Amino acid sequence: MAPPPKPIAGAVAPAGPQPRRAGLVRYAPPLTLGLFLAPIAAGLVGTWLPAAGWLPALGGDRVTLAAWRALLAAPELPGAVRLTLVSGFLSTAISFALAIGICATGHHTALFARLRQALTPLLAVPHAAIAIGLAFLIAPSGWIVRLFSPWATGWDRPPDLIISQDPYGLSLVFGLVIKETPYLLLMTLGALGQVRAERSISVARALGYRPATAWLKVVLPQIYPQIRLPVYAVLAFSLSVVDVALILAPTTPPPLAPLLLHWFNDPDLTMRFQAAAGASLQLGIAVAAILVWIGGERLVAALARPWLSAGGRGAGQGLGRRTAGALIAGLLGVAALCFAGLGIWSVAERWRYPDPLPTTWTLGTWQSHASALAGPAWTTLWVGLAAAVVAIILVLGCLENEKRRGLHPSARGLWLLYVPLLVPQVSFLFGAQILLVRIGLDGTWLALAWSHLLFVLPYVFLSLADPYRALDDRYARTAFCLGASPARVFWRVTLPVLLRPALAALAIGFAVSAGLYLPTLFAGGGRYVTLTTEAVSLAAGADRRVIGVYAFLQAGLPLLAFAAALALPAWLYRNRRGLSGRG
Amino acid sequence: MSANMLQLRGISLQLGDRPLLAPLSLTVRAGEVVTVMGPSGCGKSSLLAYLCGMLDPTFRAAGRVLVGGVDVTDRPPEQRRIGILFQDDLLFPHLSVGENLAFGLPPTVRNRRQRRALVAAALADAELAGFAERDPATLSGGQRARVALLRMLLSEPAALLLDEPFSKLDADLKAKFRHFVFDHARRQSLPTLLVTHDRADAVAAGGRIIEIGEFSEGAPAESPSESPSGSF
Repeated sequence: MAPPPKPIAGAVAPAGPQPRRAGLVRYAPPLTLGLFLAPIAAGLVGTWLPAAGWLPALGGDRVTLAAWRALLAAPELPGAVRLTLVSGFLSTAISFALAIGICATGHHTALFARLRQALTPLLAVPHAAIAIGLAFLIAPSGWIVRLFSPWATGWDRPPDLIISQDPYGLSLVFGLVIKETPYLLLMTLGALGQVRAERSISVARALGYRPATAWLKVVLPQIYPQIRLPVYAVLAFSLSVVDVALILAPTTPPPLAPLLLHWFNDPDLTMRFQAAAGASLQLGIAVAAILVWIGGERLVAALARPWLSAGGRGAGQGLGRRTAGALIAGLLGVAALCFAGLGIWSVAERWRYPDPLPTTWTLGTWQSHASALAGPAWTTLWVGLAAAVVAIILVLGCLENEKRRGLHPSARGLWLLYVPLLVPQVSFLFGAQILLVRIGLDGTWLALAWSHLLFVLPYVFLSLADPYRALDDRYARTAFCLGASPARVFWRVTLPVLLRPALAALAIGFAVSAGLYLPTLFAGGGRYVTLTTEAVSLAAGADRRVIGVYAFLQAGLPLLAFAAALALPAWLYRNRRGLSGRG
Repeated sequence: MSANMLQLRGISLQLGDRPLLAPLSLTVRAGEVVTVMGPSGCGKSSLLAYLCGMLDPTFRAAGRVLVGGVDVTDRPPEQRRIGILFQDDLLFPHLSVGENLAFGLPPTVRNRRQRRALVAAALADAELAGFAERDPATLSGGQRARVALLRMLLSEPAALLLDEPFSKLDADLKAKFRHFVFDHARRQSLPTLLVTHDRADAVAAGGRIIEIGEFSEGAPAESPSESPSGSF
């Protein structure tokens, strides 16, 4: 597919009186779009063709509906689809409600000012690490049961209960909620600044509205248009997640996406036709779910409209500050317990039920796996850095192009940016893999880094766009007036001033890459093992001490990247107070 | 109604170590408009923010605020019954003009028809009859300002604070809107406190004028003796 000519930020009209020389950066938007939209488009087509029976390499040379018939006849399908829909909608609705509830009840408290910093580490930790930590935590022999046993529960031995892979998918929902709520919260916080939310709140409170009611009636309707894309992304992700589902979801049947992965890996190659049909169904489910959600939006908007101006000020003192604080503390607390649990298992030697802590500790597990860890850790590191660095170069190019040519970001550009987050991974990675085989790139480091770039790029762009666009243009103008070329201005003025947000974007990009599971499997052609793929495959049945080692390191690497992104500019600019503000 | 009174008792403001406002005591009677004048940065907007309970926590403040003889200093903004009008009209962009007005109406007016009638009356008052369904963004600056005032008055405040609400209007509109505001405030016998840096506003208000913001370099900074209980 030829890359669309529009720049990523969407060309509308030149705004500035005299656009500056664009230079090489002019090519950044088409290059970026080509690099990250073309593989998705090709991957989708490459999945649809086998679904329709066409895959000559495997003997499929005529268009038939056989793959769909086989898919619909698969006995696991109804259960898998039901589980997918329930867990996807439930986790999205709960995450959204929590994020909104925290903002509504906590926006006027001191806690809120520090919320962003508190949530960032949680965002950095990969889904799989949280899922493994949660599985440890809620297992029959996990910390929660240990803390209450046997004195309260009477269980002298781990109870015979299925908690972590419960048939209803509730632990899967729980795991997703821990990760998606902070994401939605951060996106909401970002939107708040753009609608002058605080002033609206002041007016509403002076009119007698309680803080939570004021937020829901005045702020939420204004910011919702800006957080809807992230909400759709969460919905599409929750409906098609594989790694978290492999750890926390039931297996008989699993949700649709892990079932598809199972079919794609089947030694019987003809299963791939059925799997491709399933992957197309997965896309249909995601699209339909987003449409249903949009319908729900309309319905709620219509039903709530009279309530907005009915005059109700909200009642009761109780629901307020404490609610938000408790919700955030609960969220962070569970995440911290997950992380701590991984760490403790990794250094546990003897940890008998129901002791709350190991009786003997050892570094032996780390030592005996040090050499085995090195490979996956190294791969995680270089793929993450490569994808994040390339992404940041492309994003800076796009943003600089936008600034030099006086373009304005458009809604369409934003939708394009979200494509990799809205299209379920499993619905195009198989097709992309076929394409990679055709051009002889499958299983190469280039394919691996490229596949990561697709998912890293949107996050890097989203985290860097606001600080870049908010940059006071007068710095650059002053430099121009001093005779500097556009390139010199970019390198000597723009970039140093933006070092803090640029490094933060780099860290986010690295964290996204470090957490990717399915792209590594498909594009890596099984030749590359990262901490995430290793941790997920170990989670199926290895010793908890070993799983702890891998998952702890998997969570620790992105956290280290974030710490470095914070520490480096703080040290470089230790004598520059004007640059010390929050990015 | 003599109970409708706004009283300030020893209110002082501090930003860091810098005193912004020496203890100020003042009683604004029902229907009276008192003007507080001072250059920008002297803390007059912060004074109003303190009175209605929305002072930024970076300030330290002390002193009591009484509305109708009741001390409201420790109450949250929504329970003080102090209405405030800002420089910007701040009409909610997601609501129609009529819904913006209805937003101010207290929930005790339950009946839908009655609510609609009150909104229509307010619109007529603002010479905007028939504008209920309009998007506030399509209104002129003067029209928006009038709607903002009426929205606030519909919420039945017991006192009125005006934070330079005229400064963004052009000269002709300014005179008209000033008249509109003071007229309504008097008619509802609201104690009104106006802050401005424009002497013409103060003259038009026709009440007492209090000048603040004159801390000379050598003057000893008066530190508030009370604990900053009101700050948050």
